[in-house]
Amino acid sequence: MRRSAIGGNAIALSLLACAVLLAFGLGRFPVGPGDLGRLLWSGLSGQPSGLPSQIETVIWNIRGPRVLAALLCGAALAVAGTAFQGLFRNPLVSPDILGASSGAALGAVLGIYLSLGLFAIQLSAFLGGLVAVGAVYAVGSTIRRGDPVLVLVLTGVVVGSLLGAGIGLVKYWADPYNQLPAMTFWLLGSLAGTSKADLLPLLGPVLLGSAALVALRWRMNAMSLPEEEAQALGLRTGPLRLAIVVAATLVTAASVAAAGIIGWVGLVVPHLARFLVGPDFGRLVPTAAVLGGGYLLVIDTLARTAGPVETPLGILTAVIGTPFFIWLLASSRGGWS
Amino acid sequence: MSLSAADLAYGYRERLIGRDIALSLARGEVLALLGPNGSGKTTLLKTLLGLLPARGGSLTLDERPLSALSPPERARALGYVPQAHAGTFAFTVLSVVLMGRSAHGGLFAAPSRRDHAVAHAMLERLGIDRLAQRPYTLISGGERQLALIARALAQEPAYVILDEPTASLDFGNQGRVMSEIRRLAAEGLGVLFTTHDPNQALRHADRVMMIRDGQALASGPASTLLTPERLEQLYRVPIETVRGDDGRVAFLPG
Repeated sequence: MRRSAIGGNAIALSLLACAVLLAFGLGRFPVGPGDLGRLLWSGLSGQPSGLPSQIETVIWNIRGPRVLAALLCGAALAVAGTAFQGLFRNPLVSPDILGASSGAALGAVLGIYLSLGLFAIQLSAFLGGLVAVGAVYAVGSTIRRGDPVLVLVLTGVVVGSLLGAGIGLVKYWADPYNQLPAMTFWLLGSLAGTSKADLLPLLGPVLLGSAALVALRWRMNAMSLPEEEAQALGLRTGPLRLAIVVAATLVTAASVAAAGIIGWVGLVVPHLARFLVGPDFGRLVPTAAVLGGGYLLVIDTLARTAGPVETPLGILTAVIGTPFFIWLLASSRGGWS
Repeated sequence: MSLSAADLAYGYRERLIGRDIALSLARGEVLALLGPNGSGKTTLLKTLLGLLPARGGSLTLDERPLSALSPPERARALGYVPQAHAGTFAFTVLSVVLMGRSAHGGLFAAPSRRDHAVAHAMLERLGIDRLAQRPYTLISGGERQLALIARALAQEPAYVILDEPTASLDFGNQGRVMSEIRRLAAEGLGVLFTTHDPNQALRHADRVMMIRDGQALASGPASTLLTPERLEQLYRVPIETVRGDDGRVAFLPG
């Protein structure tokens, strides 16, 4: 491993640590590093922590789950985005390119429109994402002309805009006083009110999908070559592509189901990670996971502390992501290094 | 031990490109494929590499049907050098060559110590080990072509198939790549390359096959097959022949 890769990962890990300390340290009940350490120790050893029970509740039931959700969603979206940028040989691709987000969004607004419970809305969002990508993949596979990767992307874009029309229709039908604000809030993304109960359903698909992507990362280099070159190097491109798409869709749909639509993380973080450790996917994927978790956690901390009311995550990721991305474009040495 | 095609028909599901191709590439031999633009050379290469299924006839690799081999088995026998392109991501030259080891490791495996050793050995063999940590996107066209040859050699194949290896290279790099091809054959690899330059075939290939409209016009030893008459028939332009005092010839088109 090159020295620069070690340095890059050290930077990523320290940023993550800062993000975690910041997240606990800011808010109506600030929790310092000392208190946090004492609480963790008491959780491990079973000894009383000596902290006020109010603080303990804040950490275990409110801020802790929210921090964990931000880390999980951020890491998962960044890993999925990294994998998709390689798979589709395009650095401007994000994990929702095949319609995972739009499908999940349609599932969620339908759930809200039908006045379902929170868990049912999340389930409907998750299934919506899977069904959308499944449909895109099925349609893309029946078209045998041309480059399969290009066909898949184009099908994704077209199906995505159809789903967008569906979302618009449901919003148009919705009750403008109760349902429409809920839909708008959900479409902009938020981790507010994340509880321990919300974490469990998120954990399964996110860990499964991320683990698969991390395990396959050494094959992603060759998968980013033109189809026939990858095949000539001995890769079974069809099954590999399906595996990457399924894994990335699992994590994206689960994240959207838990937190609404959070754009930009899957697009920007892979570039930031490439900036630190270079484009080789073997090193890139773990670094992107660390950075993605930290990035979304910082955004979420801002979302909950920067104003008198919560700012939606989607707004903040765009406001921070846009100038950052422009800076990255201007300073990149060409060839997405 | 050879890569052999008999009565081979090739092309796509909806359109046959060529047929009646008979071809045999032995280890240690250089075969050049000549043909005008659009004659079906690239599609034939893809078929010989097993990337496109044969539409008819037989295609065998060391006496086994090519279609019976798994993709990794194929990649360990047949190295492919495509025409150089810049690519999307700025991988280091070493990373590019390591991709040639894909068929030697498991699905989840990181490049092993041996993979790194082979990659470095191939870079050294082609004289570009000093480029190992340079971004592949920022090196010259000639260096890219050499890096792609190193990647194909890292597959440790018995045969190497090159698609117009000198198409975008300057005069010096053309010479460099062609001598490298000769050297590979001398070390026991079977080499097949396509080219638009009959002089290259005459100078560096043992045997030549001429194809036009997906059909073999002629094939045989380079020195006897490459005549002005045959080339006029192949390219449909007048060919001028230049003769040196030592009896060697070169062809000029038009």
